[in-house]
Amino acid sequence: MSRWSLWLLATLLLPAIGIFTLVLVIPGLWLIRMSLNQALAGGSYRTALTLENYARFITDPFYLQITLNSVTLSLWVTFIALILSYPIALFLFRLKSRWKSLLLVVTISPLLVSAVVRTYGWIVILGDQGLLNSMLLGLGIINRPLRLINNEIGVIIGLVQILMPYMALALIAGFGRLNPDLEKAAMSLGARPWVAFLRVTLPLSLPGVALGCLLTFALCISSFVTPKLLGGGRVFLVATEIYDQALQLLNWPFAASMSILLLMAFGLALVVYSHFTRRFEWE
Amino acid sequence: MGGRVLSGAIILGLYLFLLAPILIVFIVSFSIDPFLIFPPSAWGFKWYGEILRNPEFTRAFRLSFSIALVVTTIGLMVGTLAAFVLGRFQFRGRDGILGFFTAPLLIPSIVLGLSLLLVFLPLGLVSTFRGLVLGHLLVVLPYVIRILVVAFQTMSKQYEEAALSLGAPPWVVFWRVTLPLITPSLVASAALAFILSFDEVVISLFLVGSRVKTLPVAIYEYVEFRTDPQIAALSVLLILLSILIVLIIERTVGLFRAIR
Repeated sequence: MSRWSLWLLATLLLPAIGIFTLVLVIPGLWLIRMSLNQALAGGSYRTALTLENYARFITDPFYLQITLNSVTLSLWVTFIALILSYPIALFLFRLKSRWKSLLLVVTISPLLVSAVVRTYGWIVILGDQGLLNSMLLGLGIINRPLRLINNEIGVIIGLVQILMPYMALALIAGFGRLNPDLEKAAMSLGARPWVAFLRVTLPLSLPGVALGCLLTFALCISSFVTPKLLGGGRVFLVATEIYDQALQLLNWPFAASMSILLLMAFGLALVVYSHFTRRFEWE
Repeated sequence: MGGRVLSGAIILGLYLFLLAPILIVFIVSFSIDPFLIFPPSAWGFKWYGEILRNPEFTRAFRLSFSIALVVTTIGLMVGTLAAFVLGRFQFRGRDGILGFFTAPLLIPSIVLGLSLLLVFLPLGLVSTFRGLVLGHLLVVLPYVIRILVVAFQTMSKQYEEAALSLGAPPWVVFWRVTLPLITPSLVASAALAFILSFDEVVISLFLVGSRVKTLPVAIYEYVEFRTDPQIAALSVLLILLSILIVLIIERTVGLFRAIR
């Protein structure tokens, strides 16, 4: 392959580098620059070098509140997604039949169904005249519809289902490195099944759990389509606020600075994660 | 024995939860009521006819379909060239370039969308076909490049070497030997690219305008205010498209490997 000269290889990379420069590098740098401009009333801005947008986010209690909302909601979603995905991943890991590959596809294929469609599905199920409320009313269990959408409950349910395949994917990948015979070996040495699980399988699956939680948390805290539609404008999160500031209030400097802060939180999460996984490998 | 039944029931329940929003739209799409009601008063195909007569949805569908076709074509061409270099050659900075190309996967799409809006606005690319294609390429290229780099890395090199030693020029070898060998990965990345572009909503929300509106954005705006069964019928069509894509990817490189 020595006939491929260096300049030819560089030429082959050029189209991709050109596109990424236009859609990633320049927009990224411009976003940082925009976050330092001064926002004026009425959706315009003045070129400046100021940190007042960042200061506004940090000092205004409203933004502290929505940050707390975002973090709390994302922690709940991550926790519930973990609890619901772990049995599926464990089941698929232990399954030895021709159904395994089919069920694996069924588990992760919801990812390729539009998030808008899945969110709409949850509105149909959870709405006031939705499936769940109609069933409960029909059975006489409740006498007025439960409020399951246009609040945090709906957003959490929707996000858990939308992000579960990612969590399952990470858990299954984590289980992939595990030898199913280890558990059997522990049991043949006299360990009860749940002891074998707690002492052998669970600890070995923790790296997958860490990756799944990081992925789910990151995707959750930055999602806004589901919170917008299932929250009905009553659930205020950082991501929905970025969208509103950018497209409704046209306050681009402030939307940009919130985006930069979100990116910094992401970077921090990645650093913490890689720190912990290195410790896993050390032990 | 009781334990097995219990764990089986739990697994069944979890799968039911995972598939609930997808299954429910199939049921609702066959209702003929003007609004959501359970159980529907009668069944029929009324809403499927209704979406075909809705000019906003048919126009949005055509736009999304053509954007996805263009994005898939450009993404595959650009991605194949880049992945070939990154998958087959060792040079200084290779890992850095690969990291650069897959970086968008680590950045929240709302941040990507906002930054694209801020740059595309002065360039006159907002609310244009070209702007949406460029924005979708940012989402699609990392996946295409990642799948194809693995394909180039793991394919057997002996056929290329044989062709080269017989005197074929490198570009002929690439076209006649290398590309046919990685066809399954090319098909899988094309299918994934198509559905990622067709379903893309976050970046599109920042880049669409009233005249240029993609289907997921049209659905998003509709669902914000109304939730009649028309959207269910439309959703069923989108789900069927997703199932087709899933089958293609599973048959070629495997869904698990493609998405990871």
